[in-house]
Amino acid sequence: MTIDNTQELVLNMGPQHPSMHGLFRMVVHLQGETVTKIIPKVGYLHRGMEKLAESRTYAQFIPYTDRLDYLASPHNNWAYVQTVEKLMNVEIPERAEYLRVIFGELARIASHYIMIASTSLDFGGSTPWFYFFRDRERILDLFEMTAGSRLTVNIMRIGGMSAEPPEEFWPALQSFLDDMPGMIEEYYGIFFGNEIAQARLKGVGILSKELAENLSITGPCLRASGVNYDVRKAEPYSIYDRFDFNVPVRTGCDSYDRTMIRMDEIVESVKIIRQAARDIPQGPIMAKVPKVIKPPAGEVYHRVENPKGELGFYIVSDGTTKPARVRIRAGSFINLQALPIVGAGWKIQDVIAIFATLDAVLGEVDK
Amino acid sequence: METINNLLQTLNNLFLIIAAAIRGLFPDPLSIWANLTLNVINVIMIIIIIVLNILVLAILERKVASWVGQRVGPNRLGPHGWLQTIADGLKLMGKEDIIPAGVDKFIYKIAPMFIFSLPIMALAVIPFGKGMAPLDLDLGIFYFLAMSSIATLAFFMGGWASNNKYSLLGGMRAVAQMISYEIPLLFSLLGVVMITQSFNLGVIVEAQSKIPFIFLQPLGFVIFMIAGMAEANRAPFDLLEGEQEIVAGPFTEYSGLRHGLFWLGEYSNLLAMSALVATVFLGGWQGPGFFPGWLWFWLKVGIIIFFTMWARWTFPRIRIDHLMHLAWKVLLPLSILNILLTGLGIYIYRLVMGG
Repeated sequence: MTIDNTQELVLNMGPQHPSMHGLFRMVVHLQGETVTKIIPKVGYLHRGMEKLAESRTYAQFIPYTDRLDYLASPHNNWAYVQTVEKLMNVEIPERAEYLRVIFGELARIASHYIMIASTSLDFGGSTPWFYFFRDRERILDLFEMTAGSRLTVNIMRIGGMSAEPPEEFWPALQSFLDDMPGMIEEYYGIFFGNEIAQARLKGVGILSKELAENLSITGPCLRASGVNYDVRKAEPYSIYDRFDFNVPVRTGCDSYDRTMIRMDEIVESVKIIRQAARDIPQGPIMAKVPKVIKPPAGEVYHRVENPKGELGFYIVSDGTTKPARVRIRAGSFINLQALPIVGAGWKIQDVIAIFATLDAVLGEVDK
Repeated sequence: METINNLLQTLNNLFLIIAAAIRGLFPDPLSIWANLTLNVINVIMIIIIIVLNILVLAILERKVASWVGQRVGPNRLGPHGWLQTIADGLKLMGKEDIIPAGVDKFIYKIAPMFIFSLPIMALAVIPFGKGMAPLDLDLGIFYFLAMSSIATLAFFMGGWASNNKYSLLGGMRAVAQMISYEIPLLFSLLGVVMITQSFNLGVIVEAQSKIPFIFLQPLGFVIFMIAGMAEANRAPFDLLEGEQEIVAGPFTEYSGLRHGLFWLGEYSNLLAMSALVATVFLGGWQGPGFFPGWLWFWLKVGIIIFFTMWARWTFPRIRIDHLMHLAWKVLLPLSILNILLTGLGIYIYRLVMGG
């Protein structure tokens, strides 16, 4: 609907922009303050990972997977390593499985923290950002204790884990889990309970159930639209069938539910970590795998529930030490398709909110 | 006791004594030359006040932001970091003065000058102490609000002249926001004017000797604080410089000292608004005698500024249509209601007292 004598403004929210979560560019057609069309342009962070995989051995590729969704790197490791283990039919020790679950769920909490912190920062509330990052520091300290690095942990190996957590890991983990309810209270006070934040999130960016299913959206965005689908329950991998946890599902389909469902998932992750820390057995952390990894020829697809969505690895092996083809099905890439469809018709500020709640990490999108 | 009283009186009237002494230097204390000299000195004093204000506010803002987030803030330069603004100013002065191609050169250059000079002009009518308003206008409040209104134009000039779509969007938002909030701003002050029957800020302060108007006009105070924060483009109403959406709005294409002038203008605007709140609602320079009047004034201004900064770093930004909704559908009816209630209150008061 155009009014006479007005012109549509084409605005480039370019790769260098304070709120593009990574190097993302979108060309936005504006009618006043209302967005009529969004054209996302990705590829600014493309590093050629799938091609690089063809010239690296299977074990050499694990640090590359860290850099896919760099905010939840254990999950990327997990997806890749489990795919190769599926191909090679390796069974890994119990202790390694439990440790993988603990690190995976810690990474889920850290990733959801960043998502909510960035959403709040995009709204102009820089204070909640600090609260979330302060608490994320404790998780990063746990990672650093074990793996040596905070962000790209590179902690899983084909056949188990690379390192055993030190003595001080377990008390630190317990104190973090015990402090969690108090921290969540604080978050409600500073961000979720705020009327302005709620007014900017509620009812904004409706991603209906049919649209979500048709676009293959996965992860919390799908569950906030009312679809009860979680890879951990639908096709349990690792030892997830031993844990007692719920999959939060919300039916609001708006940005508020997409944000709140991540808080619900944090609470569930805390439950899982508690159970894992309680039941973890002693034992080795690495299975007996050959030094040179040569999987049999064949192809395999395996997927895990990344905090952003469903992360899948499809590996074609030709019997040599290097894969013939590695294809990464990244959750953020598929979820980002929703942005032009859901974002059209809202104001610029809402488009920023929608992009923040879709939680795309450009490392995954561009690979 | 006598000497303490005398001392306090002297302190209270310190600046008046100095002004009288300067007048006395002239052969005819009331000549046009004496008046001119004193006016020039007044202007210099206000500029000094504004510069000192910037020195404190720029670092106070960052400190308050840090305290709200359980951090310390800049703590390297000066005692606990309080001299940070000097470093910021030197840095801005040392930057290259980039004027992008395709800008409207004249308007681009004068926009920051406008933003900076308007609060200076507006501060001229505020009584900083007893009898210490540099310009004792009978139209005090009216003049003040007129000066604040021109700031809208200055933001739009900055937005239009920079050859940039982000700036244009920011400029349009500026105009929409500032003209919408001017009306509740004005109307909330009308209650006070009805009580004191005068626009003169000196008279308004004198009228608060029994009870500050914040107790008589609580609704007016709240509306003025909200509308004042919106006029000064402070969060939660800082869509103008909504960093996450339109980068820096009208200021995007300004670098170096021009950008610094915009920031100076923003903090001076904040000071002007806070000074008006302190004068009109909190009693200006009135206060118990153990502090001189002008010190009470600055204490009250400081409290309002601190409160404004606190609000800025707690709330996220409001959306543009919620902003409009708030101004036209919530604050305007409330301020008209305020006028109605004040009118009723004055009528009943006269009935009870006079009859």
